[in-house]
Amino acid sequence: MQIHVTDQTGTRHSLEALEGFRVMEIIRDWGLDVKAECGGACACATCHVYVAPAWSGKLYDPLDEEIDMLDSAFAVEDNSRLSCQILMSEALNGIELTLAPGTQKDDAAAA
Amino acid sequence: MSDVIDTDILIIGAGPVGLFAVFELGLLDMRTHVVDILDRPGGQCAELYPEKPIYDIPGLPEVTGQELTDNLLKQIAPFKPQFHFSQMVSSLEKKADGRFDVETDAGTRFDAKVVIVAAGGGSFQPKRPPVPGIDAFEGKSVFYSVRQIEAFRDEDVVIVGGGDSALDWTVALESVAKSVTLIHRRAEFRAADATVNKMWELERVGRVQFKLGQVTSLNGSDGALESFVLKSKEGEETIAATRLLPFFGLTMKLGPVAEWGLNLNENLIPVDTEKFETSVPGIFSIGDINTYPGKLKLILSGFHEAALMAHAAKKIVSPGERVIFQYTTSSTSLQKKLKAA
Repeated sequence: MQIHVTDQTGTRHSLEALEGFRVMEIIRDWGLDVKAECGGACACATCHVYVAPAWSGKLYDPLDEEIDMLDSAFAVEDNSRLSCQILMSEALNGIELTLAPGTQKDDAAAA
Repeated sequence: MSDVIDTDILIIGAGPVGLFAVFELGLLDMRTHVVDILDRPGGQCAELYPEKPIYDIPGLPEVTGQELTDNLLKQIAPFKPQFHFSQMVSSLEKKADGRFDVETDAGTRFDAKVVIVAAGGGSFQPKRPPVPGIDAFEGKSVFYSVRQIEAFRDEDVVIVGGGDSALDWTVALESVAKSVTLIHRRAEFRAADATVNKMWELERVGRVQFKLGQVTSLNGSDGALESFVLKSKEGEETIAATRLLPFFGLTMKLGPVAEWGLNLNENLIPVDTEKFETSVPGIFSIGDINTYPGKLKLILSGFHEAALMAHAAKKIVSPGERVIFQYTTSSTSLQKKLKAA
């Protein structure tokens, strides 16, 4: 299984994925620059991604908790999701994602 | 402010590991002061996931971040730690006599024999919107908190966000500012109902503006904001404004730790696994912020690190004193300390 992730600089990465893992964990474990500071607890919004429209219908709808947490993300669009809330499955093999602005490790905080 | 606090131990960070360090140090009779940038103890457990269950604390099959924090506070109460909240250690220097001169951004000063860095992922700071050039406006027109209401008098104030801070300040600044515009990505808010209702009331009578969308760029010069661009489903519009308050919550940043002369490895502090001491003798580091071969960022690892660190710190705090390793189950002297609360 693979996921395709375009990082904040526009580079597309194809990452080997394992069923049952959170997509955030896959992105993080392959070393892409994603802050994901709460570790997958849906508590920080720093793993914010855009899901390519063709794939949105294959995802579970976000829970209220995820929708609320997106209030703390930047540049939120209709296809915004928190990647820690997407569980990898066969149905998502090949999904296209883009890391949103404000998810990099170093520049999410004010001075 | 000018009084220097004399202490055996200064702990930087009041997260679970910093709190448990108070216990281990206390068993060995070391007195502790604890500094944290948040306004309450608990660190990430309190700020990021107070309601989330944690399943890997030994002996506690399921505990929330807040419950763990409350339990730790109860456990360390006999040792009377002194907390200094809402401040960040801004400077840390080793003096000629081997002690440490430590100062916070609030002006609190410590003279400590030993410093423990238990700062987790760093200090919690406001999230900065990824708007180009926003840093040039920070501190002049763009603020992440309201320190003085007067700084907003007769200004055109824009508040962005949908939580308590955004709603509270929309309502509070309305009577002072020339105008208040609240911007959020949706017409729903995660704030106290009463405040949300008050905001809608003010909006209905035209004293507060509410707009859907997000801020994508700022215009002005020399830090003086003149207008901003609001992007929404209807397109883009430029709106005049002189003050911007973005409220998107907090995120962790390493902060001044990088300036304390410690060796760092990818923003983590390398330590040995015998004493958990840093490259500077007398400064120890425990919990998520340290690194060593095999390190796992688990609360339980931090607890273990605190116990070993305490025994090493004791040798610095009370040089020459013989330390007997004792169990709380059998030592009457330890039990006496624990019941002294």
